[in-house]
Amino acid sequence: MIKDLLIILVSSSLVNNVVLSQFLGLCPFLGVSKKTNTAAGMGVAVIFVITLASAVSGVVYKFILEKFDVTYLQTIVFILVIAALVQFVEMFLKKFMPPLYQALGVYLPLITTNCAVLGIALTNVQKKYGILTGIVNGFATAVGFTVAIVILAGIREKMEYNDIPESFKGMPIVLVTAGLMAIAFCGFSGLL
Amino acid sequence: MNNGNAMERLYNGLIKENPTFVLMLGMCPTLAVTTSAMNGLGMGLTTMVVLALSNMMISMLRNIIPDKVRIPAFIVVIASFVTMVELLLEGFIPALYDALGLYIPLIVVNCIILGRAESYASKNPVLPSLFDGIGMGLGFSFALTCIGAVRELLGAGEIFGLHIMPDSYVPCAIFIMAPGAFFVLAALTAVQNKIRISGEKKGKDMSKIQSGCSEDCMNCNEKGCSHRFYGEGKESEQK
Repeated sequence: MIKDLLIILVSSSLVNNVVLSQFLGLCPFLGVSKKTNTAAGMGVAVIFVITLASAVSGVVYKFILEKFDVTYLQTIVFILVIAALVQFVEMFLKKFMPPLYQALGVYLPLITTNCAVLGIALTNVQKKYGILTGIVNGFATAVGFTVAIVILAGIREKMEYNDIPESFKGMPIVLVTAGLMAIAFCGFSGLL
Repeated sequence: MNNGNAMERLYNGLIKENPTFVLMLGMCPTLAVTTSAMNGLGMGLTTMVVLALSNMMISMLRNIIPDKVRIPAFIVVIASFVTMVELLLEGFIPALYDALGLYIPLIVVNCIILGRAESYASKNPVLPSLFDGIGMGLGFSFALTCIGAVRELLGAGEIFGLHIMPDSYVPCAIFIMAPGAFFVLAALTAVQNKIRISGEKKGKDMSKIQSGCSEDCMNCNEKGCSHRFYGEGKESEQK
């Protein structure tokens, strides 16, 4: 059991990295990676939301959708559950944990549109993970996202001083960087 | 509505405001499924069906949906169509269903669809909205097929499964793998930048061409960005 969970932890965070090999959550990956500290903030917010969302969607799937035999409604139900969840988390943090809200608040609305959250809820169902395994998978995937975005932000900070051809400024050079990182992450596939 | 208007919407979606090449929307599926021209075309057409139907439905409901809850309402409409299309694909084209896998349900969060619902279908009558959806969908299919063809040609020496390259060509498999997607898109955006820069030098209005959020999301004011739709929705809820 523990061994299975560890394998999921490694494979979801490094080997099948969510952005670099599955292309989920690309918008925040490219959009919020200009500075290392905002990238880290986004990463923490994503870990928080994805772990919570995989727990909630796992419970909803097991005790509502499966019980009433309406699993074909999963896409509709999950997207609504996730959108509502993010709203609730935002309100809850605003009211009860203002310091945490100050740190994560700006990132939360961005996460609703993040396809990684829905993607993981659906992957958990597709791979027939139980609730605990699903939570571990969600957490590991989000850690993979955080690792990738922080590394990219670090490289982009250094790149500010480089002399880049005019047409490669902005998005193209970031994509080239992401491509090189993806090659590096391909190396992890030998791990398992 | 006359014929000219329908053609205008199709032209707009296919060329003038091409969702991938000009607006840079919906990048996740663009990169993920374009490992071959066939997959790109399949994904594009699937998205087109959802886009056309959801645009039509949202346009029909545009006077009924209250402004405050429009985003959740749009998402429910889109998600319903996606579920229908997913079940149809599973039943009738299982090969495509297997190839696209997880990315079919993820059409729900494709920002092209929500973007068109918000910026066009919720303000315009049914028929133009339908044609807007078809035009945008065709533009998306066209873009995905092109990217898929380039990646398939470089990565496997084939297009649509037909051998094109001479036998002496050694396929560089990296173009079919994940990094290749980033490189092809990087080249594409570089070309786009080049066109914009030279256009601006000639004094043309190039504000339509968007950078695809390479800048800071939090200060983003590009009209294509889905974040802004959510931001606006929330402000009006708070009022």
